[in-house]
Amino acid sequence: MNVRPAGGASGRAGAPPAVTSPSDVVRTLRAAAPRVRVPPSPWSRVRRNRAALFGIGVITVVTAVAVLAPWLAPYDPAQQFTDGLTAEGRPLPPGGRFWLGTDLLGRDLLSRLIYGARITLLIGVAANGAALAIGALLGTAAGYFRGWVGTAFMRFTDMMMAFPALILAIALAAILRPSLWIVALVIAMVNWVWIARVIYSQVLSIGQREFIEAARALGVPTRRILARHLFPHLLPTLLVWGTLGISTTVMFEAALSFLGVGVRPPTPSWGGTINESQSYFLEAPWLVGFPGAAILLTSLSFNLVGDALRDALDPQMRGR
Amino acid sequence: MAAYLVRRLAQSVVILLGVTAITFALLYALPADPARMIAGRSATADTVQRIRAELGLDQPLPVQYARYLGRLVRGDLGRSYAQKIQVADLLWSRLPATALLMVGGIAFELLIGLPAGMLAALRRRSRLDQLVMVAAFVGVSAPQFVVGLFLLYWLAYRWGLFPLGGYGTAAHLVLPAFALGIAGGGWYARVMRSSMLDVIHQDYVRTARAKGLSEARVVLRHAVRNALLPVVSMVGLDIGTFMGGVVVVETVFSWPGIGQLAWQAIQIVDIPVIMGVVVVSALAITTGNLLADLVYPLLDPKIRYG
Repeated sequence: MNVRPAGGASGRAGAPPAVTSPSDVVRTLRAAAPRVRVPPSPWSRVRRNRAALFGIGVITVVTAVAVLAPWLAPYDPAQQFTDGLTAEGRPLPPGGRFWLGTDLLGRDLLSRLIYGARITLLIGVAANGAALAIGALLGTAAGYFRGWVGTAFMRFTDMMMAFPALILAIALAAILRPSLWIVALVIAMVNWVWIARVIYSQVLSIGQREFIEAARALGVPTRRILARHLFPHLLPTLLVWGTLGISTTVMFEAALSFLGVGVRPPTPSWGGTINESQSYFLEAPWLVGFPGAAILLTSLSFNLVGDALRDALDPQMRGR
Repeated sequence: MAAYLVRRLAQSVVILLGVTAITFALLYALPADPARMIAGRSATADTVQRIRAELGLDQPLPVQYARYLGRLVRGDLGRSYAQKIQVADLLWSRLPATALLMVGGIAFELLIGLPAGMLAALRRRSRLDQLVMVAAFVGVSAPQFVVGLFLLYWLAYRWGLFPLGGYGTAAHLVLPAFALGIAGGGWYARVMRSSMLDVIHQDYVRTARAKGLSEARVVLRHAVRNALLPVVSMVGLDIGTFMGGVVVVETVFSWPGIGQLAWQAIQIVDIPVIMGVVVVSALAITTGNLLADLVYPLLDPKIRYG
């Protein structure tokens, strides 16, 4: 740090020794206020947030259930039990051999929910990951290069935002005969815009900062500036949106499955279970209640954790 | 202002053109063949070919699109493949129900969100604040069909307070409007809380207190009025989220609106109807966004558009 010749920058005789180097400033401040309060780390901020801890707990459980599904599920989710229906052919209520009851085909609801967690998480992570990647890429390009690229980007995202997203997604999914990956892709195509806008505005402001300008002046190649100097500043945003976005995606997938254009049966999905049982749900409310609660808890948890991360990582939100 | 308005209107037209172009390309590029679906399974290749020619589906895509736009500017959205009536008539007959549902949804989200957010801000960091914020998160995270089915089961089926879906009286509106508005309610509660917190620490609020005004007067006349501005101007933006929501809510409550129409049209690949719904929704969303942009400077004299 100390490259200046001794004697100070001013060089004026008689002037008080100027405190000029940053380390000097820190030393002076430390001397003045010996116990500088160190701001708590992001993790400790999250840890003190009980709602976020609840969310982390639920996400852990759902993930564990999804991963361990074959070992946790009491039955094969596709197996139709002859004793899974009453003599009149009605689904069984919760209790007894089938803890959460059975569905209209006499399949064990608990096993179907356990396997459904796989679909929910897989689509949640895949679709949101894709949306995040597209959004980050386009948002960064537009925000960094500005000019006509930026203008074109803004107009295109304006247009995407004017799209009735769910209607389009339903149309696409219905016509394409959706598989798991098609559903994920459709959701990603609809959801990337919001992330792209956020990243765009961030890159726009970071791109103007001195350290980027300095890197450019030093002749650092653009790719390296983007990857090494700019990208790290986007990580908190990506983390927050990566978490919040899973909540949106889980709800989106559930809505598509509920409308019958999600992952196709007999693959067990939470929204799909509600769709299959909808005509019968007044007599068998557990067929809607349990999967509904699973969707709500999962999307709520990702929201809670994402919000806590935003509080922890965004200085502007402190103390709110 | 006039120049800004003209520019924004021109932008909206371009956006609408883009939306129709993309939707058109997507729907027509998809593997489903409408001519075959209309003709039915047993139709001969000749019949299918004739229908295709009648509908102009044998033309290249740009020609089809140009023809579609030409009809669109005259207000002609084409004829439904399934029901042999004009798409425009079909949409007009469904529009009032959806408009009513949306007004109900907006009323609910504001009635829930604004007071909740205000209370949370005034009792900041209290039990009440925490409760409101958790409730707001639950509202935002609850899928509309889950809320809808829950309401149907308890309030309509078990307690018999409301009809089990359908359309007609004010009682029919309550549950679907609530299901549509609950997510927005949670969102507005958060926005209103944060807007109130911004305002309450402003100098003029301190001045009002220093003048010796009663706390109620400070809050209601000085703080709330200003905190409401940025929040209420966002209502126009809700139309976008609602356009998706109505499909789900109308399906759950058998509400005869545009969402239900879209849903039925999608299942039989009735492309003119799907296009019609997309055009109308995009128009509604763009208008909503435009209104939000135009209303804001009216409410806040500090903002001027050049």
